[in-house]
Amino acid sequence: MFDDFFTRALIAGVGIAIIAGPLGCLVIWRRLSYFGDTLSHSALLGVTLAYAFSMNITLSVFIISSVVAILLINLQKRTKLAGDSLLGLLAHSTLAIGLVLIGFLTSIRFDLMGLLFGDILAVTTDDIALVWIGGIIILGILYFIWKSLFSATVNYDLAAAEGMRPEISNLIFTLLLAAVIALSIKMIGALLITGLLLIPAAIARNLSNSPKQMIIIAILAGIASVVLGLFTSLELNTSSGPSIVVVSLALFILSLIPLEIRGQLQK
Amino acid sequence: MAEKNNLLVKLDNGGVYKSSKWLVRGVSLELYKGQIVTLIGPNGSGKTTTAKMILNILKSDEGKIESYTSKMAYVPQKISIDWTMPLRVIDFMKLTNHINNADITEALKLTGVEDLLYNQINNLSGGEFQRVLIARAIAKKPELLVLDEPVQGVDFNGEIALYNLIKKIASTLNCGILLISHDMHFVMSATDHVICLNGHICCSGSPSAVIKDSAYIELFGEHTAATLSLYKHHHDHSHETDGSVAK
Repeated sequence: MFDDFFTRALIAGVGIAIIAGPLGCLVIWRRLSYFGDTLSHSALLGVTLAYAFSMNITLSVFIISSVVAILLINLQKRTKLAGDSLLGLLAHSTLAIGLVLIGFLTSIRFDLMGLLFGDILAVTTDDIALVWIGGIIILGILYFIWKSLFSATVNYDLAAAEGMRPEISNLIFTLLLAAVIALSIKMIGALLITGLLLIPAAIARNLSNSPKQMIIIAILAGIASVVLGLFTSLELNTSSGPSIVVVSLALFILSLIPLEIRGQLQK
Repeated sequence: MAEKNNLLVKLDNGGVYKSSKWLVRGVSLELYKGQIVTLIGPNGSGKTTTAKMILNILKSDEGKIESYTSKMAYVPQKISIDWTMPLRVIDFMKLTNHINNADITEALKLTGVEDLLYNQINNLSGGEFQRVLIARAIAKKPELLVLDEPVQGVDFNGEIALYNLIKKIASTLNCGILLISHDMHFVMSATDHVICLNGHICCSGSPSAVIKDSAYIELFGEHTAATLSLYKHHHDHSHETDGSVAK
């Protein structure tokens, strides 16, 4: 069944949606949307370097994203700039360096659109294995550090006081975020991966009462976005990555309706 | 030696240095099981910083700290839960370790908020949230409990009931309590040891000794001592949450 490119895209996309669910919730809770954006912009530099030194793309993106993430954490301690300014600084400078480097690599035919928006229909069996094995490892680590990470998300001091070692889990979380971007850049693209992290979690926020519920709904919403998005792109012959995000947005708008009705009932 | 075994934490000449100044310096204190130690002092005198040193949230930049317990619970001053997270009281109670539902209900009952178990944290009032914070700390059955202005935003009757509760849990749980409080009445009547901070330890000792200390009088003014005796007179009884006189 892996022979069909469409089936392969579905399997890979669903895998990414499952990983993105819990991580996306954490991104929303910790207000890290722009952090995700910065990492994915820097991912472009990672891809360029991978081509330049003929390295593995996933590995190279993971390394660059991790370096940027750690750089950001350290800069935050050292400068008087607010987090969002530093994010902008790093996002655009890494993006610019990436684009400048692409200019030097004239010998290689570069699919810039593919990098920015991904091409989930070009997924190979190896990519599927990477997404699923990588995904299981990411979710396994997340499960292991969950108590510490979650309590630090609610209140850092409380977690630190009660022996949760939040500084370690924060660092690991940052690396996991870099890893999920590295896993999905080929399929979703640098510009859209934050969308797939954020929008399903945002849908879940509208429909949930507890953290656990929010994660489960985020995963389901992510899967629905991928599946419906891919079928839409097949039907209407639109590009697949953007279609997934557009469907996700449509689901988000739908998720607002119950909130409205709830508000009406309470009046 | 018996007292030595009851030692929970010992801070020796601790200090925190930040942005080229000492937030607090030269603080030494010991906390034993069943004991209530209070930190008093004006704003910015380093009370919260000292508490954070004890809890290992902040590293002491000089001196040393010896901890003999890892079962710590903390009621921080002013925390807000981001509304981006759907969090019920029951989820919050289980934040840092698993506590069974019976213990959770029990603790919430003690602070008078057992009805709020399934409410969203974001919908609680300031006073209700404060009660939940205290309940969470109690439910953990800690050996060392650090309370940073725990009754802020709580109504007057509730304040007295909660202070009585704090006094009670020191003995029922046999835990050491480090309390930061502006309620001089409670500090003077219910605590074992008072430390008066103003960037350093101004004076410390039993409440009756501290109140006579010239450093204390200089810091808080003589009228505090005078009001305090008045205060004491008015409060020779306490109230239940419904306003009736407690036995």
